[in-house]
Amino acid sequence: MKVLVAVKRVIDYNVKIRVKADKTGVETANVKMSMNPFDEIAVEEAIRMKEKGKATEVIAFSAGPAQCQETIRTALAMGADRGVHVLSDAELQPLAVAKLMKAVVDKEQPGLVIVGKQAIDDDSNQTGQMLAALLGWSQGTFANKLEIGEGVAVKREVDGGLENVMLKLPAVITTDLRLNEPRYASLPNIMKAKKKPIEQLTSEALGVDVAPRLKTLKVEEPPTRKAGIKVKTVAELVEKLKNEAGVI
Amino acid sequence: MSVLVVAAHDGKTVRANVANAVAAATQIGGDVHVLVAGSGAGDAAKEAAAIAGVAKVLQAEDAAYANWMAEDVAALVVKLAPGYGHIVMAADNVGKNLMPRVAALLDVAQVSEAIQIVSPDTFVRPIYAGNAMATVQSTDKIKVVTVRPTNFKAAAGGGSAAIEQIGGAGSAGLSNYVGAEISKSERPELTSAKIVVSGGRGLASGENFKMLETLADKLGAGLGASRAAVDAGYVPNDYQVGQTGKVVAPDLYIAIGISGAIQHLAGMKDSKTIVAINKDEEAPIFQVADYGIVGDLFQIVPELTAAIEKK
Ligand SMILES: Cc1cc2nc3c(=O)[nH]c(=O)nc-3n(C[C@H](O)[C@H](O)[C@H](O)COP(=O)(O)OP(=O)(O)OC[C@H]3O[C@@H](n4cnc5c(N)ncnc54)[C@H](O)[C@@H]3O)c2cc1C
Ligand SMILES: Cc1cc2nc3c(=O)[nH]c(=O)nc-3n(C[C@H](O)[C@H](O)[C@H](O)COP(=O)(O)OP(=O)(O)OC[C@H]3O[C@@H](n4cnc5c(N)ncnc54)[C@H](O)[C@@H]3O)c2cc1C
Repeated sequence: MKVLVAVKRVIDYNVKIRVKADKTGVETANVKMSMNPFDEIAVEEAIRMKEKGKATEVIAFSAGPAQCQETIRTALAMGADRGVHVLSDAELQPLAVAKLMKAVVDKEQPGLVIVGKQAIDDDSNQTGQMLAALLGWSQGTFANKLEIGEGVAVKREVDGGLENVMLKLPAVITTDLRLNEPRYASLPNIMKAKKKPIEQLTSEALGVDVAPRLKTLKVEEPPTRKAGIKVKTVAELVEKLKNEAGVI
Repeated sequence: MSVLVVAAHDGKTVRANVANAVAAATQIGGDVHVLVAGSGAGDAAKEAAAIAGVAKVLQAEDAAYANWMAEDVAALVVKLAPGYGHIVMAADNVGKNLMPRVAALLDVAQVSEAIQIVSPDTFVRPIYAGNAMATVQSTDKIKVVTVRPTNFKAAAGGGSAAIEQIGGAGSAGLSNYVGAEISKSERPELTSAKIVVSGGRGLASGENFKMLETLADKLGAGLGASRAAVDAGYVPNDYQVGQTGKVVAPDLYIAIGISGAIQHLAGMKDSKTIVAINKDEEAPIFQVADYGIVGDLFQIVPELTAAIEKK
């Protein structure tokens, strides 16, 4: 069974982002970019499946500008076998990404697709569910644990704790934080990754309309909270909470 | 056009955040209908009918909906969708699982976690862990929107909407529910608690969280945690507050041994009053705290617990 994983290039989670002065978005020039952390978890899970003999090949998918190739290389250095890059300089919203992925799934016929539960830039938490819908496949979102057999047993992180579901294969999985701890790529593997193939496609060639459905009218700074005061003693804290804030 | 609010429920009661979603739907305008899909969900439907502002409850009974598998419920929502201009649901784990599937089947975008309704087609939503606010306009005919419950004051009770039985759409046979491991707690639910006590890596062990439980119980508070505390196994995953966990906005949030990473702040910085207890006076959490106390939590927390007891 082939496994397809999605890897999105996002602003690194350690970067303190800045909103552009013209309110059209956030500053991305000269900002450190990385693979979306949830996608590192997706790649790790797929590689482990291959190591256990449950997967035959791991394909890393990314959609976006030319630099997405770097993100795919990272996945290849972790252990993915090859990459598929859909080159696009347009703003790709989740529905468009899901349609592009569907086109690649139709071509590659993987038995499982693993994507991150959310990208930490746009925080949409949609792409995996949308892809499952377009394919008519089952979906195992917010996965904490996966077990592949006849189907796939998924332990999901839900509001009240954990939930166990059994899905028919093929399926789409979205990763949550506790699914695994992604490995770091070793230097020899980084070198090897340079020789692994990355196929480049375009939305036009795949016949997918990626026009955005949501128009971003403006992007603004959130209201900021002012730092308050430091109190010296617990007695002072309790007094303030009672009499000043009135919350206890 | 009417608005369809999809209600998450356990058969007997609808989730508290359904009243927040109804409030958001009321701001959009038009008749508000609530869908209660389930198996033996009569009580939940009655509860939904009592939410102020609801014009009608659609109760869909089908064994397929007993455990709310997204594959099956999405098919039902899609069947109902043509009658509505908007489909709205609270952005909890049930909504996040279901609504993108509905949107894709309708070939429309989804607006995730709206915090403000600007107009029927325009919404404000946080991006980058709440470090930027995007105003987005939907060009789709049907708008599929999840709303962040803490940003919409819950609609009151006292309504008496009619309940219409609509029948189900059966099962797609793609997925089966096996069971759940739900954390049992007498404490108020994290996202609706008036006070939240949260612990981080500074607690150093799961055993030490007992100390926070005692404090939480004195205050009648819910208990939360940072990702680091969950990853370390001190507490279960459903305690996590933050960008990729739960968003809370209580009257009082007490952060104990939490540094205040942006991913954590994203889940709690809308709290009315924030207290931080941390031994590092440079910890970023102090930049959002109304009241900070620098010191060893193992000394301060027992003191605080005792002081509240005396009250
Ligand atoms: C203000 C603003 C400005 C924007 N500017 C730009 C811009 O300049 N350029 C631009 O391209 N987009 C831009 N976008 C679009 C935004 O990045 C898209 O909405 C985003 O690609 C999809 O949302 P998400 O990643 O949060 O989806 P989610 O559903 O949260 O993503 C979940 C998972 O889907 C997969 N996935 C998602 N997208 C991709 C991808 N492209 N490749 C591989 N896997 C993926 C990953 O596995 C990811 O973990 C902008 C959006 C906003 C709001
Ligand atoms: C993709 C992604 C998603 C994430 N999502 C989330 C999320 O949703 N929620 C979240 O919380 N984090 C999230 N994080 C993690 C986040 O970046 C931080 O790593 C995390 O919040 C740190 O937790 P912490 O504050 O408990 O630990 P630390 O940063 O280690 O802080 C511990 C604090 O305890 C203090 N301390 C230690 N001992 C004592 C003592 N005896 N007395 C008093 N103070 C003490 C220290 O001074 C320190 O400030 C995410 C990260 C990534 C990459």
